Amino acid sequence: MSLAPDLRAAIEAAKHHHGGPRPAMLEALRMIQQDHGWVSDAHLEEAAALLGVTTAEMEDVATFYSLIFRRPVGEKVILLCDGASCWLNGGDAVRDAVMARLGIGFGETTADGKYTLVNICCVGGCDHAPAAVIGRDRKLVGPLTADDLEGLLGEDAR
Amino acid sequence: MTDKPLTGRARPDRRPHTLEEWRDLGGYEAVERGLRELSPERVLDMVDEARLNGRGGAGFPAARKWRFMPKPGEAPGDGPNYFIVNGDEMEPGAFKDRILLEALPHQLIEGAILAAYATHSTEIIVLIRDAYRDAIRNVSRAIEEAEAAGYLGRDVLGSGVDVRMWVHPSAGRYIVGEETALIEALEGKRAVPRKRPPFPAQSGLWGRPTTVNNVETVSCVSHIVANGSNWFQGLSRTQEGGTKVFAVSGRVHAPQVIEAPMGTTAAELIEMSGGVSGNGVLRCFQPGGGASGFLEPDALEVPLDFGHVRAAGSMFGTGTLIVLDETACPVGVIARHMAFYARESCGWCTPCRDGLPWAAKIMADIEAGAGHLSDLDILRMTVQVGGPRGRAFCDLMGGAMSPLGTGLDRFGALFEQHISDKCCPVARDHGRAAA
Repeated sequence: MSLAPDLRAAIEAAKHHHGGPRPAMLEALRMIQQDHGWVSDAHLEEAAALLGVTTAEMEDVATFYSLIFRRPVGEKVILLCDGASCWLNGGDAVRDAVMARLGIGFGETTADGKYTLVNICCVGGCDHAPAAVIGRDRKLVGPLTADDLEGLLGEDAR
Repeated sequence: MTDKPLTGRARPDRRPHTLEEWRDLGGYEAVERGLRELSPERVLDMVDEARLNGRGGAGFPAARKWRFMPKPGEAPGDGPNYFIVNGDEMEPGAFKDRILLEALPHQLIEGAILAAYATHSTEIIVLIRDAYRDAIRNVSRAIEEAEAAGYLGRDVLGSGVDVRMWVHPSAGRYIVGEETALIEALEGKRAVPRKRPPFPAQSGLWGRPTTVNNVETVSCVSHIVANGSNWFQGLSRTQEGGTKVFAVSGRVHAPQVIEAPMGTTAAELIEMSGGVSGNGVLRCFQPGGGASGFLEPDALEVPLDFGHVRAAGSMFGTGTLIVLDETACPVGVIARHMAFYARESCGWCTPCRDGLPWAAKIMADIEAGAGHLSDLDILRMTVQVGGPRGRAFCDLMGGAMSPLGTGLDRFGALFEQHISDKCCPVARDHGRAAA
């Protein structure tokens, strides 16, 4: 499936934003991901063509930045902090509880396609430790406890 | 408000002010005064006299960095000077810039306009980490408002100066926060640090003169211009000017952001954060985020600023404290840090790319009770190779070696006990203490 016309137009426009096609690559990747959740090979190639860069140049950037997802992800991506401050406040127990509840490990997606779990460095929420950010708007949630994941998973916590 | 100039106006729910609301609080008066009444050189001198040190980690004097920026026509070739605000806050334990970005975007814009003026920059870019979506949105909106009000755009306030400002949302990777890596990122490349020299002020973004400053540093500038250098210097208890937006987390009852005079002690900050949690007895703390060396209770009364913390054997860094009580294991904390730095290495140079995962694996083994005494020699060698004056290309590995090196020095017996007892002795003796 190719990119929607308005997304194609936005990517073309990004070429003229700041510094030409090269800096527009990350912007394009982010836009594709915002709409589709992840960046497929086909979409990456299509965007590269729109920007007039090679697929290799686009891949070069897409594979460096860790929050550009190159595999399908669930409806909601959970970025679970594994930083020291979260660990000091019971982060491991929360991690184990989330994994047990969802039945997946880091880098995996639930069978129903609802959640993808990813570990991330400090999310800047140490005052909410243990913390996570969830969804495409990266909502910060915490402090999480192993017994109560409702803040993170809503009804799916039960 | 005056004792907390940076955060005093933040709303508890962090809802940002509209431009009108901000102006009602005195906002943009400093910009009007600066651009209408002061020369760029005068603004720079004021920041110099205020002794504003960079708040991103290195503590380099902001004005000294700005003085490297050429005046219009001085740099060869055509094109603007760039002023970049570094909002890639990802240091473990750091969450101080978040509030400044989310709740106080107009304060940041004011500071950026004045800093751009002082550095002869006409393009301002704010790079913000992906996880701070509220910050990206709030700063972007505030920029639109400032443009509509004539504080940004063509001929700002009749000064004859054109200033454009925009937000670059990043997409992960801690190394983006290194200033030359950040420039690479803005150019649309992998964020691999550049060799210095040339320094960014000579050849930065797209080869043009560029200054990169941390969010908190920039947020100080309008206050210096509004209230004067002496006032700013007077906020501090030490020779380094201003308040500091500290952050305290880890084993404290109420982890939080605290704006307090530069030179406030860890004892005071920990008390303001509700005191030590766990068993209530402090074992150690990192004064400046994950990349700062461990200090012990004898350093509780050290005035926290760049000079004093360096003299105490650590690094003030981001001024964000990670606190450990006696039931928290520093070996475990170091293991988390090593995993973090190993994962976030850009992979460019061998000591960092290969050394950090090695250190991370050894730390994980030791923590799990599967370590050997000879591992400690390997860790010490890694510290030697990659430490602050070591052989890595940039400071990422040096930073990572600070907690490891000071941890081995200060808690060597605890490392050895993990190995001899084949488990974490702290967890064994205390269980997982409630925080």
